[in-house]
Amino acid sequence: MDHLILKVTTKLLFAPIILFALYVQFHGDYGPGGGFQAGVIFAVAFILHAFCFGLAETKKVLPQKALVIAMVAGLLFYALTGVATMLLGANLLGYDAIDPQSTHHAGQHYGILLVEWGVGMCVASTMLTIFYHFTGREPDIDQEDW
Amino acid sequence: MNTFEVELTPAVYLDLALLTMLVLVAIAMLRSRHLFAVVMLSGIYSLLSAAFFVSLDAVDVAFTEAAVGAGVSTVLMLGGMLLTARREKPVTPGRAPTALFVVLAAGAALIYATIDMPAFGDPNAPANSAVGQDYVEQTPNDIAVPNIVTAVLASYRGFDTLGEVMVIFTAGVAVMLLLGAGSVRGGREVSDVDAEKDENA
Repeated sequence: MDHLILKVTTKLLFAPIILFALYVQFHGDYGPGGGFQAGVIFAVAFILHAFCFGLAETKKVLPQKALVIAMVAGLLFYALTGVATMLLGANLLGYDAIDPQSTHHAGQHYGILLVEWGVGMCVASTMLTIFYHFTGREPDIDQEDW
Repeated sequence: MNTFEVELTPAVYLDLALLTMLVLVAIAMLRSRHLFAVVMLSGIYSLLSAAFFVSLDAVDVAFTEAAVGAGVSTVLMLGGMLLTARREKPVTPGRAPTALFVVLAAGAALIYATIDMPAFGDPNAPANSAVGQDYVEQTPNDIAVPNIVTAVLASYRGFDTLGEVMVIFTAGVAVMLLLGAGSVRGGREVSDVDAEKDENA
């Protein structure tokens, strides 16, 4: 199965999709989006890569072991942000403690960004883990099977 | 309490058209026995839902529905479908009067309950007047973030979202455990072929 047009298109689209995921990730405060959506868009870039170049090639780019680490790290990142605000003397996930002097709730901005980063990491790696395991169990799809 | 009448603006007709299409797609999914077509129709269903959410000004929900429902879910369903058959097994239609009665009674109760619900877009509806209004008024003072949805999701209900992330994490772990992320026996990693040999021996 060698589709030149699909491969070239995927190569062109791969970087912009990841850029868009990062835009959605960091602009969740200002527009629609946030960690959940950004994580899914990030995962979709790699799913597209796997469709075009095969799962084995994608696993070379992003191995399963890295995904497991990212899954745990994302969840811990979120939870530890909450613990950090507790250590700073506020409630769990009370972001105002991050920057108590701020007059425009800068701490809330920092806190939301940190937490959304954890969400994005966890969602992206979990989606890809599920995808790897589902598609990794069968040989490549035959042209006739579609 | 003053009554509120829904004006039949073009936007309402658009909503009605989208909802009708949702019902039609759902019926088509029920009737189709070709699993590939069912998966594609479920993607279309999600995309239509996303369009409906945009029309209701719920862009965050629409974004999620388009990315997760129409995008990743369809891909995962395709992956799942490849592990089974391409066609659903033919089923012989049977008669189950008790089940039919339960379904009809529950449906009638649900339709009866909608009579008490506030009209579509009613500004005095509990969802718009009570806690929702508080979030809209308080977010600029408490959080100072333009997107109120993000403020509610990540700050007001941050603990709730931590739970959601944990649910996603658990789903990933469950898939790894069920589909096997490379089994380990006696501290030594073995491939699936070796595992089968061990079982046959």
